[in-house]
Amino acid sequence: MDILEERRRSSDLGHALRTFTPSPYRGTPPLSAGALNRKVLESQYLRYVTKEVAMETGESVDLVREEASGILEEMSQNLQLGFIRLLGFTLSKVFKRLFSHININQEGLNRLQQAIQESPVILMPNHRSYVDFLVLSYILFTYDLPIPVIAAGIPLMDMKMVGEVLRRSGAFFIRRAIGSDKLYWAVLSEYVKTIVRTGYAPVEFFVEGLRSRTLKSLTPKLGMMHMVLEPFFKGEVYDITLVPISISYDRVLEESLLAHELLGVPKPRETTMGLLKARRVLEEDYGSMHVYFGMPLSVRQLTKGRVDRCEYNLLPRDLPQRPSVETQECVSWLAQQVVRIQEQSSILSPWSLMACLVLQDHQDADPAGEEHEKGLSWELLTQRTLWLKGLAISFGAHLDWPEQLPENQVMSSSMALHRSVIRCHQGRVTLLEEEGPVGAEPFTTEEGVVRRARPVLMVAAYRNQALHVFIRPAMLALAVHTVQSSQREDIYSYFRFLLDLFSNDFIFITGRSSQDFEEACSLLRKCGAVQTSQQEVT
Amino acid sequence: MKWNGWGYSDSKFLFNKKGQAEFTGKRYRLSGMVLPSLQDWFENTFGASVNHKSPATPALNASAVPPARLNKAFVEDLKATGIPFSHEAEDRVFRAHGHCLHEIFALREGKKFERVPDMVVWPNCHNDVVKIVELACKHNVCLIPYGGGTSVTSALECPPEETRCIVSLDTSQMNRILWIDEKNLVAHVEAGIIGQDLERLLNESGYCTGHEPDSMEFSSLGGWVATRASGMKKNVYGNIEDLVIHIKVVTPRGVIEKSCQGPRMSTGPDIHHFILGSEGTLGVVTEVTMKIRPIPEYQKYGSVVFPNFEAGVACLREVAKQRCAPASIRLMDNEQFQFGHALKPQVSSIFTNFVEGLKKFYITKFKGFDPHQLVVATLLFEGDRERVLQHEKQVYDIAATFGGLAAGEDNGQRGYILTFVIAYLRDLGMDYYVVAESFETSVPWDRVLDLCRNVKERINRECKERGVQFQPLTSCRVTQTYDAGACVYFYFAFNYRGLADPVHTYEQVEHAAREEILANGGSLSHHHGVGKLRKEWMKESISSLGVGMLQSVKDYVDPDNIFGNRNLL
Repeated sequence: MDILEERRRSSDLGHALRTFTPSPYRGTPPLSAGALNRKVLESQYLRYVTKEVAMETGESVDLVREEASGILEEMSQNLQLGFIRLLGFTLSKVFKRLFSHININQEGLNRLQQAIQESPVILMPNHRSYVDFLVLSYILFTYDLPIPVIAAGIPLMDMKMVGEVLRRSGAFFIRRAIGSDKLYWAVLSEYVKTIVRTGYAPVEFFVEGLRSRTLKSLTPKLGMMHMVLEPFFKGEVYDITLVPISISYDRVLEESLLAHELLGVPKPRETTMGLLKARRVLEEDYGSMHVYFGMPLSVRQLTKGRVDRCEYNLLPRDLPQRPSVETQECVSWLAQQVVRIQEQSSILSPWSLMACLVLQDHQDADPAGEEHEKGLSWELLTQRTLWLKGLAISFGAHLDWPEQLPENQVMSSSMALHRSVIRCHQGRVTLLEEEGPVGAEPFTTEEGVVRRARPVLMVAAYRNQALHVFIRPAMLALAVHTVQSSQREDIYSYFRFLLDLFSNDFIFITGRSSQDFEEACSLLRKCGAVQTSQQEVT
Repeated sequence: MKWNGWGYSDSKFLFNKKGQAEFTGKRYRLSGMVLPSLQDWFENTFGASVNHKSPATPALNASAVPPARLNKAFVEDLKATGIPFSHEAEDRVFRAHGHCLHEIFALREGKKFERVPDMVVWPNCHNDVVKIVELACKHNVCLIPYGGGTSVTSALECPPEETRCIVSLDTSQMNRILWIDEKNLVAHVEAGIIGQDLERLLNESGYCTGHEPDSMEFSSLGGWVATRASGMKKNVYGNIEDLVIHIKVVTPRGVIEKSCQGPRMSTGPDIHHFILGSEGTLGVVTEVTMKIRPIPEYQKYGSVVFPNFEAGVACLREVAKQRCAPASIRLMDNEQFQFGHALKPQVSSIFTNFVEGLKKFYITKFKGFDPHQLVVATLLFEGDRERVLQHEKQVYDIAATFGGLAAGEDNGQRGYILTFVIAYLRDLGMDYYVVAESFETSVPWDRVLDLCRNVKERINRECKERGVQFQPLTSCRVTQTYDAGACVYFYFAFNYRGLADPVHTYEQVEHAAREEILANGGSLSHHHGVGKLRKEWMKESISSLGVGMLQSVKDYVDPDNIFGNRNLL
């Protein structure tokens, strides 16, 4: 369902000012930011850590407490309905300009609404763009669901005004390198845990930790994960629900920024001026955006038999306790699980498929070749894209391919959306180089490389969005190809070696390699690439 | 006594022809009264109807009882001693069970028994027991001691794999107070005495033990020792382990007892603690010397309403902290409060009706208590009059700081009535497709609220998942306070219409509830014991080394497993 459709028809102001009565978990009354902060500061846990830090550093307890209070002030959100409305209004305007559609799955929202009333909910979106959390809050506001409290990186806070607006929209800010700052950890974790325990608002955080510059899923970070789960492990709440959310963009707003960052051009500091300058992005078309709210996951059910909650029985629950190895493994497994679900539910655009093929060919292309032989012929691209489309669908990918339109048109409109990097001229498809400033001096060789690399990286990023569909069969194919024998055992052990080797590049769930192997076998069998028996894979 | 339900045959709840509930007999405060609100409460809470009956089989079907496997030589030798015995089916079945739901349900349904005792013996004194145990060892016969039969842990169930002759050793004839020592305030009592008899006999001499477990009408002194029982007034008198001074136990290896009655000893680990809670696995408790106290001059009930359970728990915690708990203090949750209200007898005058209405108005409208949130604490004070009044004020003052309002003696007393009639009410429920059970735990103060919430939630969800069609009743009360924690008691009941095997469903849910308790830092049991029902968690509870220690004692004291009820280990 497209939520922008309704916005194009009725008043944005009315939308922003309508009565907003979400029903939170157990009808918990909203907790004001001040009350929340007091609760955190007065917690036994923080008092304990404060004393400990004071002992270690030799500072007075009062001083340390003040420090803690300072950290909290820097960190805390200040959710206000008024700002949500303002944001709602602004975002209605902005989104309508940027995107042609924002598609969401209605049944997922219904499930979410149900889940929110049953237990504290953790929203876990993937992170591809700054827009991610704005759009989620916007959707929840539109559907009368409690506005989430969001973990954001501290650089955002330093933007004038914007930081404050985000804060009042429910963002709280976490420093990047916390390291071994004990007091900071304590304040942060108590803050998060208190929100989860009271359950008046969903907590939202990006388990990948940061925006993926390559648009591939990143290995999950576990710090926040531990914090949000602990109230369940300690029996302070009956259950916690994790809701994986997959956000997919036809075209990511920051696409060129991402490429620059990958090339080592320093990331511009997030500043308000920068944001204002970036308003030219408003003038472009970014196609559709898809938000898929996944099946709510009950932590209680998932951790059954993996975590022994009795391990918390012998220490006061207010004291910091290092979780057991099993618990740590379980948390990491859960996080991988969530990221994998995000991947599986993400929506692939036709462009992602085309990107795979364009790049494949680009590597072979001879840059010195004749103009008319450069690039890939449109017919070939079409033919291969359709083949890949069939393969992707049979591998279980979700494609946003409008079947009612002729294929040619789907592909050319995808290309049109990305005309800054690609062009089809006289039936040949070629990547474009980045344009220099108008009338600038001829550039150095170095600049030239950067300019040629940029579109390649951008296209590569879109290709990366599709990799998770093919990675397991690809690993198997490689294994079959490399291993001399056709014994299942040997191929499996090489397959496992590959999973291990690439464990930082792709999401493979620990302890699931044999299922991954079976899955890969069955997919390759399906497309006729291998035959399998009990003992052999050929 | 009923053969397939709780308590006296003349006392039972029923819905009369007008559909109103009444309690028959003359023994209790509620006896002979009509309880007009019970039907509504019953039907609304369980979705049950007085038109849907599930009656019990009227009499024991002797053919459902397996034939007695007698050990001829043992019987011959026993005859020679003159100790009475029986192998009648009724006597054997009566001692084959406690009061677990599955046991009573099977009796009502007339199910076939897998294993029951093959005979019952009634020793008259300590020496009779010595003789019986000697003969049992000589002829390799399995002995299961039987006191009041109120176990709720499957402790009295005969192990089906037992092939020897099983003899139920009924202590009911050993029911005398042998002497009272007024200088040291102790009494020497035979262990078969039933709680209410012990109290009545002591009262005649101006004393009491003050040990009042909810089952005291039917449970025995020996049973209390064997299960580590706890009494409602333990705040003043202590639990059973604080009350006993001396214990005499007959084991296959001989008699265990101490040589003196010193009030405390440093002579290695206290051997009494091997006996307390041994659940009939080591021997038979025959005589106990226990503390007695003069009957208190003055007793006063009381009650306090709190706006919610959280406030109530906070108040109890503070009372425990200040160590000023009255003889009994219990906090009933909202469900139990409403349950208690459903047991109000018909009000005789319009005036009382009016006063009740005013009270309700005051609490809910004027004070703003939500009737679906408020909870009540019931109190019992004991001592000399002046001290009681002073104590009362102290407790009410603490309660007030947690938003508690004094709610009168009557409400307090009614709370305690509930505990004595609850088992009768379960029989009523079973007449109408409702199964019910209670279970308990002890837990540190800071986890009380989380544990109560999580266990209730777990029960509700498990019921739903297992196809229970109606919302179950889950209710709890904080029933004892300690310095470092509290005892929590749960009631759990549901309407089983539409379920193929309600007992199995019930057992699965109870099992899940116990797992939840353990995961929330609660203990395996506060006073019901382990029996066979909770054996599987013993290792987890006391470590495998701990189990090994207990096992080695068992192996030494009873190498041939004469006391073969297989409880605990």
